[in-house]
Amino acid sequence: MSTVSKRNWRENPLIWPTAGLALVVAFNLFFGAEFFSISIQDGHLYGNLVDILSQGARVMLLSLGMTLVIATGGVDLSVGAVMAIAGALVAALVERAGLGFFVAFPAAMAVSMLLGVFNGSLVVFARIQPIIATLILMVAGRGVAQLITTSDVIIFEDPVLEFMGQGYLLGIPFSLWLVAAIFVGMVLLIRKTAIGLLIEAVGDNENASRFSGINASQLKLIVYGVCGLLAGLAGVLEAASLSAADPIKSGELRELDAIFAVVIGGTALTGGRFLLLGSILGAILLQALTVTLYNVGVPAAVAPVPKAIVIVAVCLLQAPRFRTQISKIVGLRRGK
Amino acid sequence: MTTETILRVTGLRKQFGPVKALDGVSLEVRAGEIHSLLGENGAGKSTTIKCITGAYKADAGEVLLDGVAISPQSPREAEQLGIGTVYQEVNLLPNLSVVENIALGRMKTGFLGRIDWKHSRVRAKAALDKLGVSIDLDEKLSALPVALQQMVALARALDVDSKVLILDEPTASLDEKEVESLFQVMNRLRESGIGIVFITHFLEQVFRMSDRMTILRNGKYVATREAKGLSREALLQDMLGKAFEEMQGRPGNLNTFSEGLSGKENRLVVNGLGAPGKIKRLDLKLKPGEVVGLAGLLGSGRTECARLVFGIDGATGGSIELDGKAIRQGHPRTSIDEGIMLASEDRKTEGIFPNLTVRENMVVALQTRRGFFKPISKEEGDRIARKYIDAFKIKTSGPEAKISELSGGNQQKVLLARWLAAEPKALILDEPTRGIDIGARAEIEKLIESLSREGLSILMISSEMDEEVRCCHRVLILRDREVIGELSGDDVSESEIVKLIAAHA
Repeated sequence: MSTVSKRNWRENPLIWPTAGLALVVAFNLFFGAEFFSISIQDGHLYGNLVDILSQGARVMLLSLGMTLVIATGGVDLSVGAVMAIAGALVAALVERAGLGFFVAFPAAMAVSMLLGVFNGSLVVFARIQPIIATLILMVAGRGVAQLITTSDVIIFEDPVLEFMGQGYLLGIPFSLWLVAAIFVGMVLLIRKTAIGLLIEAVGDNENASRFSGINASQLKLIVYGVCGLLAGLAGVLEAASLSAADPIKSGELRELDAIFAVVIGGTALTGGRFLLLGSILGAILLQALTVTLYNVGVPAAVAPVPKAIVIVAVCLLQAPRFRTQISKIVGLRRGK
Repeated sequence: MTTETILRVTGLRKQFGPVKALDGVSLEVRAGEIHSLLGENGAGKSTTIKCITGAYKADAGEVLLDGVAISPQSPREAEQLGIGTVYQEVNLLPNLSVVENIALGRMKTGFLGRIDWKHSRVRAKAALDKLGVSIDLDEKLSALPVALQQMVALARALDVDSKVLILDEPTASLDEKEVESLFQVMNRLRESGIGIVFITHFLEQVFRMSDRMTILRNGKYVATREAKGLSREALLQDMLGKAFEEMQGRPGNLNTFSEGLSGKENRLVVNGLGAPGKIKRLDLKLKPGEVVGLAGLLGSGRTECARLVFGIDGATGGSIELDGKAIRQGHPRTSIDEGIMLASEDRKTEGIFPNLTVRENMVVALQTRRGFFKPISKEEGDRIARKYIDAFKIKTSGPEAKISELSGGNQQKVLLARWLAAEPKALILDEPTRGIDIGARAEIEKLIESLSREGLSILMISSEMDEEVRCCHRVLILRDREVIGELSGDDVSESEIVKLIAAHA
C-alpha cells in the first residue's frame, strides 16, 4: 500500500504549485519577514499576504476561464484585451453616458461573453487554430478599447464599482469574495453537471468524443464564452480598483500570466484533464513571486527574469520525462 | 515481353519489438510487367515496400536491382538507384507549382546555388510526356484534380531513369474515369520496360492489370502466381490462408435462433444508403436479437457501411429506420440518442480517451445520452464500472485506473462496456476482436451471443471470417464497395463467403 500512496503523492499535479509556493514562503522566511506581517486597520486586513491574494484576484479569474479553454485543447490570447474592453466600456457607460452601475456592468459582461463566443466561433466554425483565432482579438481588442475611451484614460466615480474594486467585506477585500464565489460556483457546476467530463473527453481525444456523441463545437463555444466573461469581470475589477479605465495598460500581458498559472497548476496545454484549484494556486504563486521580488528590491524591469526561472522549474518538475531523468541521476549517485 | 528479372528481393525480415512484421518475404519483378503485391491487413505489404525503398532498414534479406545488391538508406536514394514509389496519399506540396514539385530536391544548381529552372522544366516535361499527359508546368498543384496530382507524383517518381515503379494503392482516391487513365499510363510504362509493383485492395483491378502476383500473409511469403488462368478461389485461399476443406461450418444453435425471429418486427431497417466513394447501396434489415455480419476483403466497404449507418459520415441517399421511426442521418449524437451505436475499429483514435479513467471511459456515451444536466455521479459511475469489470473480467486495478494502462484486449472490453452501458438497440461492432488475444476473443464472441439472446441487434464486421461464421445469423457479402450477396442459415460458411467474393460480377 505504501508504494501506491507514494506514487499517488507524486502524481498529484497539485504538488508542484504547492511546492513552488512553499519555496517562495521559505525564501521570505529568510529574507523578508515583513512578507508575513498582517495588520488590522479600520477593521480591514492589510499586509503582503492580503495584497498577494487581492492583486492576484484578476489573474485567478482569467486562469479559471483559461483552464477550461486549455482543457478543450485550445488557448485564449485575447483575455488581456477583453479586460481592457470591459473596463473601458464600464467606465464610458458610467462616466460619459451617465448610466448607473446596474446597466453598465451587465452590458460590459454581455459584451465580454460575446467576444468570447466570437473567439469560439472562429475556432469552431472557421476552424482557425485557437492561438491565431484569439490573436486577432488580442491585437484588435486594444483598438476597440481605445475607440470606446476615445484614446484617453477615463476616470470615473461610482460607489458600487469602487466597492467592487477597493471595498472590504468582513475585513477581507471584496474582490477575493467574488473570486471565491466564482471558483466555488464553477466547481459546483462541474461537479453537478457532466460538463467537466465532456470537456475533458473533448480535450483528450476530440475524434473519439465525436464517436461518443459529444457536441464538441457547442462545448467550445460555451467554454470560450465563459473565458471571455471572466476576462471581462477581471477587467471591470481592475478598472474599479483604480477608479480609472486605461485602454492600453489594462490587462497588458495578463493573458500570459493566466496561461502560466494554468500550466503551473497542472493542466496540460495539450488539453484533457484540468484542475481549477491548481490554476488558482498557480495564480497565487505568480503573484507571490512578484511581490517577493519587489520586496527584495529587484527592479520591476528585471523581475520577469527570476519569474521565468521559477516557471520553467515548475514546468520541468511536472514533466514525467524530466523527472525520470533526475531520479536516474539521483539513483546513480546513491549507487543503485 | 522480356522475362528478365529486374528486382529480386529475398528473405526479407523485419521485427518491431516482439512483432515479426516480415518473416522471410521474397519478391521477383520482371522488366515490363505489372506485379501485384497482395495480402490482407497486417500481411506486410507496406513494410516490404518500405524495406525495399530504404524507409525502414530490414533486419535481414537482400534486394537486388538489375543483379546488383543495393541497400538504399532512404527513399530518395532508392529513387536515384531507379526505384520510384508513389504512395496512396499524394505526398506532394500543394502550394508549389507542378514543376517545383517534380524538381524539388533534385534541382541542378549553378553558381552560388542558383537553380537551373530551364533544366528542371525540360526534365519535368519529359517525365510527363513519358506518362502521356500534358499538364501546365506552372499550375499550382492544389489547383489540379486528384488524378492529375497523382500523375505529378508519378512523374516525380519517374523523373530519374526508373527501372522499378512501386504504386501503393494508387487507385484508392480516384473515381472510375480517373482509374482508367491511370491504367493507360501503367500500360504505357509496362511497354516501356519498367517493372511495376502494384498494390491495391480491388481484386477486379488486380486481375485486370497484373501479369503476375505475389501473395503475403502475416509477414510471410505465400506464393507467386501467374495471373492468367488463376481462379479467384485459389487466390483467396492464398490470401486467407485456408483451403476450402479446412473452412468451418457454423454452430447449429444459430440457425434455431434465426427461425424464432421470423415473426418479429424489424428493429433496424436501412434502405438504399449510399455515398460516392464509400458504398454504392446498402439495404439491411435487422430483427431484435439478430446478428448480421458484413464480410468482404479489406477495402470492400465494410467500415464505410458502419460509419454511414451510425452517421459519422454523411450519406447522399437512402434512409434509416429504427423500430419504425426514421432516424436523422449524419448525426452520431442523434443515432446514440435513438439507440444506434458504433464501436469503431480504430480503438486508439476513435475509441479511448487515453488520459481518462476506466470509469469515465465507460460512462461517457451514457452521459451524452442523458445530457449535460443529469450527471452520472461518481457513485453511479463506479457501480456501472464495477459491474462491467466483473462481467467482462477486465484486468485493471479498478475503475479509477487510467485506461491507457490497460492492455489492448481490456481496453476493447471497456469500450464495449461504454456502448452497452448506454443501452443500445442496435450495436455495430467493427472489428471487435482486432489486436486482442485468443482468450479475450472467445470471451467477446460469447458476449455477442448472450447480447443477442437479450434482444440486442448487432451488425458485426470482422476480418476473421470464421468469427463471423460462428457469431452471425446472416452475412452480407461486399466486394468493391457494393453488397453482392447474402448468406443465411446453413449457407453461412467460410467457403461460401469466399466463393461469393470470388465470383465474377
